[in-house]
Amino acid sequence: MANQTTGRSFLQAMTSVEEVAPPVRVVQMEGLAVLKIIKHCKEFSPALVTGQLLGLDVGSVLEVTNCFPFPTREEDEELEADGANYQLEMMRCLREVNVDNNTVGWYQSTLLGSFQTAELIETFMNYQENIRRCVCIIYDPSRSNQGVLALKALRLSDSFMELYRSNNFNGEKLREKKLSWADVFEEIPIKVSNSALISAFMTELEPDSPVSQCDFDRLKLSSAPFMERNLEFLIECMDDLTAEQNKFQYYYRNLSRQQAQQQGWLQKRRQENMVRKAAGEEPLPEEDPANPIFKPIPEPSRLDSYLITNQISNYCNQINGASGQGFSKLYLMKALHEN
Amino acid sequence: MATAAVTSSKQTVLQCAGTGPSMSARIHPVVLFNICDSYVRRPDQAGRVIGTLLGSASPDGTVEIKNSYVVPHNESADQVALDIDYHHNMFVSHQKVNPKEAIVGWFSTGFGVSGGSSLIHEFYSREVQNPIHLTVDTGFTNGEASIKAYVSVTLTLGDRQLAAHFQEIPIDLRLLEAERVGFDMLKNTSVDKIPNDLEGMESTMERLSTLINDVYKYVDDVVEGRVEGDNNIGRFIADALASLPKLSPAAFDKVFNDRIQDNLALVYLSSLTRTQLSIAEKLNTAAQIL
Repeated sequence: MANQTTGRSFLQAMTSVEEVAPPVRVVQMEGLAVLKIIKHCKEFSPALVTGQLLGLDVGSVLEVTNCFPFPTREEDEELEADGANYQLEMMRCLREVNVDNNTVGWYQSTLLGSFQTAELIETFMNYQENIRRCVCIIYDPSRSNQGVLALKALRLSDSFMELYRSNNFNGEKLREKKLSWADVFEEIPIKVSNSALISAFMTELEPDSPVSQCDFDRLKLSSAPFMERNLEFLIECMDDLTAEQNKFQYYYRNLSRQQAQQQGWLQKRRQENMVRKAAGEEPLPEEDPANPIFKPIPEPSRLDSYLITNQISNYCNQINGASGQGFSKLYLMKALHEN
Repeated sequence: MATAAVTSSKQTVLQCAGTGPSMSARIHPVVLFNICDSYVRRPDQAGRVIGTLLGSASPDGTVEIKNSYVVPHNESADQVALDIDYHHNMFVSHQKVNPKEAIVGWFSTGFGVSGGSSLIHEFYSREVQNPIHLTVDTGFTNGEASIKAYVSVTLTLGDRQLAAHFQEIPIDLRLLEAERVGFDMLKNTSVDKIPNDLEGMESTMERLSTLINDVYKYVDDVVEGRVEGDNNIGRFIADALASLPKLSPAAFDKVFNDRIQDNLALVYLSSLTRTQLSIAEKLNTAAQIL
């Protein structure tokens, strides 16, 4: 009996601890996981691939210590079941060799940072159901040619998830929550850690070389193809956004037309009622649910426009970053020439 | 390679089977990382970890080792028990992801080849022809990180197989893939932040400027007679200088200004877009429904 009570209080303690669990502040990745992700994403680029992250959840730090790739997905029922088997098998095998057997999220590759899609959010919600604190690592192989390690850790913000669950993306709700497009995703800073052993090996194998491939990539003067692709994507997004805006305008026009109709109908009804009152009859109700003009018009969801806006801002950031680099490279070039 | 030694007056010959074309190995950093990680995570009391190497072999004899996984094993004085089921399961799983990666050999931690190695090597010889044996000295036995690759050469006496001889083959440890990530990230036990565009640029420029200073210093030293000039270095410097395109200052200015203008236009465009976005957001969420 006593045992039971302590058991329960322990459970209660556990749940209460879980409730106040601090949000993830830092994602700490092992060099091994980083390299594995890069290898997988790069080998299959430009196809987009995903994989699972394994690690530990320690307070406000989420440690990613290992990962394994998923086979390229195909739209087939049978293969999907196969994929699930693969995942279980892989987890079992890795556990046998003492790898952290705890899913903490997933990784995926992207092309020029075009990852903010409805699918990503769906996947995230699926993961979130099973793991309270999970994270998504995004790697962009297309940018590594410029000497940038384009690795990002993302999660959905709490307020966004709440809203997503209630599936209610109208203007009123968003205003109430003060949720702007910038608040959909939260970026978590990434730390990289290595075991002392690997650090020793790397130091031994690679004495401090004055230059590396990474430096050559960074100093490459041509950034035109990257910029062009970026602008292309930006323009596409702009078109999408305009389409979304049109949807809203259409909705507002319909809404105001409906409201005008309602007003007209109400006035007519009131006049009628006044006449009836004068005649000593019962007044008619001032509402008529059966009338089609009282049927509320559904407001289109703002989710898509939010995501597109996020995309656009991402492209803008990339363009700004790349042109910032471009400026420094050009002035460097100029200085070299003058010498 | 085929060496022969006459051991008796009869026609019995002791010989090493030739390895054919000279082999060499190239190792990807992820393999090294994986081996070290699995060594850190090895079970209690296990002396070493062994596992399978995946990759591809090209016709000219270079073997690229691209991936690896650990295989649990048990080792006692004179026998080795390898979890063959595990090995096969894992291989099938890896094949699903990347069918191009085949078994090329096996790895073991520790310094050089040890006793049970030939047994394991024999097992892998059944999986793939002429497997590679990679050893990674995680104990730093000689005070240095020794990573070695071997192939096995069978020693035969007449028709009888006498022993297997592990012959070392050259190994390429340049780790180009790791260079792209940046060694700073992989060398230190903890890095707080991934550098962004401009920070990366800054460090690269710093490195470039130290290089230029080094060259200056060297040239000055040679000119002043403090150091004897090396013709090869001189040629490299001349090549580097010659690689700068010869442009008249006017032409260079034009190219330079055009590029600056392009970049400015891009920055302008992206700022404009951002402004538009924030206005649109204000209007959209502030629009009150009457």
